Amino acid sequence: MSMELDVFVGNTTIIYEEVYQLWLDGYSVNDAVKMRKENGALSECEASDDVLQSDTMDQYRTFQMCERLLYSPSKLANQLLFQIPAHSQTMLIERYYEFDHNFAREVLGKKLSKGTKKELDDISLKTGIALRSCRRQFDNFRRVFKVVEEQRGPLVENVQHHFLLSESLAKDYAAVVFFANSRFETGKRKLQYLSFQDFAFCAGQLISYWTVGAVDNMMEDMDVDLEKEFLHDLKELKVLVNDKDLLDQHKSLVCFQLREKIRVFTEMEANFKNLSRALINIATKLINTKDVRDLFIDLVEKG
Amino acid sequence: MPGKLKAKIVAGRHLPVMDRASDLTDAFVEVKFGNTTFKTDVCPKSLNPQWNSEWFKFEVDDEDLQDEPLQITVLDHDTYSANDAIGKVYIDIDPLLCSEAATVISGWFPIYDTIHGIRGEINVLVKVDLFNDLNRFRQSSCGVKFFCTTSVPRCYRAVLVHGFVEELVVNEDPEYQWIDRIRTPRASNEARQRLISLMSGELQRKIGLKVLEMGGNAVVGYLQCFDLEGESGLVVRAIGTACTLDKISNTHTSASATNPCNSSPSKDMKEAGFGEETPGVPLSSGPPTPLRAQTFSSFSPSKSYSRQSSSSDTELSLTPKTGMGSGGSAGKEAGPLKALLRQQTQSALEQREFPFFTLTSFPPGFLLHVGGVVSARSVKLLDRIHNPDEPETRDAWWEEIRQEIKSHAKALGCHAVVGYSESTSICEEVCILSASGTAAILSSRFMQDGTLDTEHRLSRQQAPVFTSGAEKGEGDMGSSASLGFEDLMPPGCGFCHIPYDELNMPFPAQLTYCHCCRRYKVPDVLFTTIDLPTEANITGKGCLIQARLCRTKKKAQGEGNATAISNLLPFLEYELHTQLMNKLKLRSMNALFGLRIQISVGENMLLGLASATGVYLTALPSPGGIQIAGKAPSDITYEQHISNMQKKINDTIVRNKELYEINPPELVEEVIGSPIPEPRQRSRLFRSHSESSDEVSELDLSHGKKDAFVLEIDDTDAVEDIHSLLTDAPTPPGFYSCNTEIMPGIYNWTSALQMFTSVRVFRLSNVNVTNQGLNKVFNDLCENLLKSLYFKLRSMVPCCLCHLNFTVAVPEDELIQVAVTAVAMSFDKEQSLENGRQIVDKTLMKAITENEEQLQFPLELTAESSSSAFCSAKGLSEVSGPLPSARAPSVDYSSFTDRCSSWIEQLRLKAHTIRRGSIKTMSSLEKASPLPEGRSRSLRSNRSYAGGSVAVVKMTPLSFLPGTKIIKYLGIINMFFIRETTSLREEGGVSGFLHSFIAEVFAMVRAHVAALGGNAVVSYSMKECVFMENPNKNQAQCLINVSGDAVIFVRESEIEAATPQPHSASAHTSSSGEGT
Repeated sequence: MSMELDVFVGNTTIIYEEVYQLWLDGYSVNDAVKMRKENGALSECEASDDVLQSDTMDQYRTFQMCERLLYSPSKLANQLLFQIPAHSQTMLIERYYEFDHNFAREVLGKKLSKGTKKELDDISLKTGIALRSCRRQFDNFRRVFKVVEEQRGPLVENVQHHFLLSESLAKDYAAVVFFANSRFETGKRKLQYLSFQDFAFCAGQLISYWTVGAVDNMMEDMDVDLEKEFLHDLKELKVLVNDKDLLDQHKSLVCFQLREKIRVFTEMEANFKNLSRALINIATKLINTKDVRDLFIDLVEKG
Repeated sequence: MPGKLKAKIVAGRHLPVMDRASDLTDAFVEVKFGNTTFKTDVCPKSLNPQWNSEWFKFEVDDEDLQDEPLQITVLDHDTYSANDAIGKVYIDIDPLLCSEAATVISGWFPIYDTIHGIRGEINVLVKVDLFNDLNRFRQSSCGVKFFCTTSVPRCYRAVLVHGFVEELVVNEDPEYQWIDRIRTPRASNEARQRLISLMSGELQRKIGLKVLEMGGNAVVGYLQCFDLEGESGLVVRAIGTACTLDKISNTHTSASATNPCNSSPSKDMKEAGFGEETPGVPLSSGPPTPLRAQTFSSFSPSKSYSRQSSSSDTELSLTPKTGMGSGGSAGKEAGPLKALLRQQTQSALEQREFPFFTLTSFPPGFLLHVGGVVSARSVKLLDRIHNPDEPETRDAWWEEIRQEIKSHAKALGCHAVVGYSESTSICEEVCILSASGTAAILSSRFMQDGTLDTEHRLSRQQAPVFTSGAEKGEGDMGSSASLGFEDLMPPGCGFCHIPYDELNMPFPAQLTYCHCCRRYKVPDVLFTTIDLPTEANITGKGCLIQARLCRTKKKAQGEGNATAISNLLPFLEYELHTQLMNKLKLRSMNALFGLRIQISVGENMLLGLASATGVYLTALPSPGGIQIAGKAPSDITYEQHISNMQKKINDTIVRNKELYEINPPELVEEVIGSPIPEPRQRSRLFRSHSESSDEVSELDLSHGKKDAFVLEIDDTDAVEDIHSLLTDAPTPPGFYSCNTEIMPGIYNWTSALQMFTSVRVFRLSNVNVTNQGLNKVFNDLCENLLKSLYFKLRSMVPCCLCHLNFTVAVPEDELIQVAVTAVAMSFDKEQSLENGRQIVDKTLMKAITENEEQLQFPLELTAESSSSAFCSAKGLSEVSGPLPSARAPSVDYSSFTDRCSSWIEQLRLKAHTIRRGSIKTMSSLEKASPLPEGRSRSLRSNRSYAGGSVAVVKMTPLSFLPGTKIIKYLGIINMFFIRETTSLREEGGVSGFLHSFIAEVFAMVRAHVAALGGNAVVSYSMKECVFMENPNKNQAQCLINVSGDAVIFVRESEIEAATPQPHSASAHTSSSGEGT
């Protein structure tokens, strides 16, 4: 005695955000039903457990069918299978591509390959994020990476256009892509205290000032890669350490710029020479890929 | 050579990867019509191919144009092996054959494969050049319009209603041909889809011919069904109502205002019309003999079963009383005038073989009296159809049933059957044929020389308030003296008055004087298959009432099986009827509308499901309570048990009265009702008053058993009845439900709506297969389904589930399948009931006056008498103030209509440009897309996304969309799909499989409507959903048949918004597609 089949299909596909989030978070149908019950879904409309179960199943099926379309969000707008209101479409996409910063922190700078995918079990254990959700987030990274990797033009805009995401989310993706491409080492213990947001900020700065696109606006090429010539030119910075006059001049300029802007200003001013030397040492070595990867370790260790 | 079909293949998108090596596809397209096939070039290595083909031209007979679909096949080119099919699109080009419907089909169609489902989309352009063929003996019937809508379509007026048309074609089912053993499932499915498409085309053409013969130009209430008889063949049959429709052109309205009011009543015209008609009509062949009704069954008399039900629950005699023809039934109370009228309409109708109408809602004044539900069933043994060209057996079967229905209607003193429908249930070689309808008396004026029209019965429009309807209005004008008998009746109760003879009643019923007019007799309960007439006076709100029943049956073969079923049927129907009656009383209501009884037969059980919408008709007496009586009142505990139950029932009745706001205004009525004819009536009123008082104990049985419905609980059936009575859960707050078009008592709809289909299949493994056990399972299944619907649609509260259409089936031994299609519509709770009532009055009057306006022009051309008749109504419509006495100058009014028509004109233009516009943008996008993938393209696609590139298409099972005006009907949508899978688990099991299939069907319907230039489907229905599975083999198959009318609608708010600033019109139109 059992329900063999149970479906509900509306002409308009209505997405309930609450259930969608549960699905995205990787909960099984049974868990999702439990969660919804705890959130008081039963009090609405005098529903029973069966009703909730059936409703959750229906929605999960809808999400699964939509997932295929979400791989390339522009398809969602001109597919014919589901009639989804525009605001729901935006929500579907944005939520699908949202990621946990804890998770992103774990894979930041790692190669977005099948090999890394195998580590997802450990990451799931470590972060407490369901494996299913980890897989989705990781696959999203890979998908975004693959699409924008070879594209010209500003990285953030590319992500935004191709995946129809909000600007802030697109920026986060840009950071992930940027780190994955340059393979910056972020997993060392010494760097553990840094959050995803910290790195994302750095990525933003690097993209704005150090990449090919940033250096040569006319080129409109490759936001993803660091400008080789620029890194080469960094060698010249040695003068700032070796030449006393230039050192002083550099110091006064930097101090002028930073005065009253940072809290540790006095310390910085006192230690300027050492700091500058360390930074410039890192900078001059950036011609080697290995050193580029270790940029952040070096900055923390030696800066 | 009367037609040239042209097709152009523009582009494809989202194609599946057919070549694993390159992850791409080399697609080309075959376009086939009849036996001619064209091919496009291969578009190599692209998932978004641009073919931009030439125009493929097919020169064909219009007969073929009607029968054949245009078949488009998308294939993947393969140099070495056979080309792989990606999928197909069938396009029904019928809408292009009608000058008033669509002119071009253009848009993206989902590419459908019966194994894989939708695989990408294809953009196609189709046009037809039709040459006129004036050959009298032609086989085609191009130009006849078809409507699924069971009322006169919104932008038409009916000049004549010709009557019933039916046709039936049979063929062998490809699935059961020998060749099916050697071909692939895909080939077999496609053969079936194509055959059914061809057969429905042929059927439609043949019906069209019949309509032309009758002198009509349209079929309204077109109902087409498939009987998958398995080995013995495939039957496609259709019924409908032939009409002559006129498109309402709004330019005429301006002329009407110039005509001064004329006081001659419309009934004059009716009689005149009739007089013209009679000489040509041979007199009727007389009432059918009782013998005829008995010839009905095919095996033995016991197999035929039939039954009429109207105001009573008791069994009826099978033989109609010959003495009780409709003419004779004009009893004493009716008077000679009524009798005269009867005779006129009767003979007008009797020229028809079957005076049946598939319509369920009528313009005011068309439906005079309603007798009750008439139904007939017959159990038949299927045999192989030997000669498909002569489907005589099947025709004869239906003929028998229709004859029976006709004679039942006669027995009820009625000369017509409205809300008529036919259905079948097949299990193995046994087939139950059913037909049902509502016996009624109709006004002849609409059938001969009159007009009818139901232009937006419910749509809310800003319009001057007219305080009375046409019928009433004529009375107001002081011309009532010359009016016929019927017109003196307040329109709100006329249809309730009994059409049969009081002294010679066809069944025992309690008659009382009408609670509205106090002049004519009404029954205590009224069952009908039609929608609630708009003019009906009701108290409170209505609700869905269902009777559900499951009966076990021994497995048997052939004739034995058929006999067993025929023996069970009467009991099944009787019990369903009792259940309905009990539930009706429990809700304190006295009438059922939209009654639909479905009997489904399986190997080892029979399922019966009766759905209807219960209401409290003000004209009918208040129903008594339900009294429970034990047969052996000896035991004290037993008595206690009974009184407990009684109390529960009484409580429920009181609760229901509150819930449905049923407070019959007895006191008020007594004051108003001046001529109370008999003291008996008065006492009755008092009594019912005391019933509705708060003290439950008083609702007891002092009135004797005449009123209270007595249930004796000694027999197990009654226990079961009571059980099912009390287990019906009330709808959650904020929800209402009904199976009619709209909920009686709710008027202020918002435009938010959601059409849905829900299917459940229940496996009965290990159920104790007793009647009680089965009943409970079935009852719970339906109840839980409803509960689930309420939960899913909770975001739309306050809302009403309208047109809840349940279909039950027994697909296999232990399976019960229930499918529901309905629409959830939100309404505005803020508005008080009175407000709502006002609005409906307003719109009703508006509708009526509009009709009159629109009638004005054409009638002036046709008959003087008729034009003058409508002038009287015209005069009324000039009353544009809120008070009936305050008459605005006619000049004002005319300017108003002038403006009105010009807005509509504008809207039409707009609608046209929208369509054009959308086509253009599409093609421009296509031109842009040949660019290889790159940034520019991605940006472009992003922009198109923001604009929403897929137009929103609304779907509803109703004939209208609230808050909108339908401005054009684009043609009928009638589609049949088969989906099969051999990887059931991988597709998410049976639920996943069916879920995506239903979604695909919706998508294909929407795409076809959008390609016709429409933005909605009205009168949508899923007629067939046959699901078969074999989980062990990981296989499943499903067949779905859907139909509806494609339309263009505009929002009323836009009509209003467009008027002050015509220039900003284009800005408004862009939002027309929005909504839920």
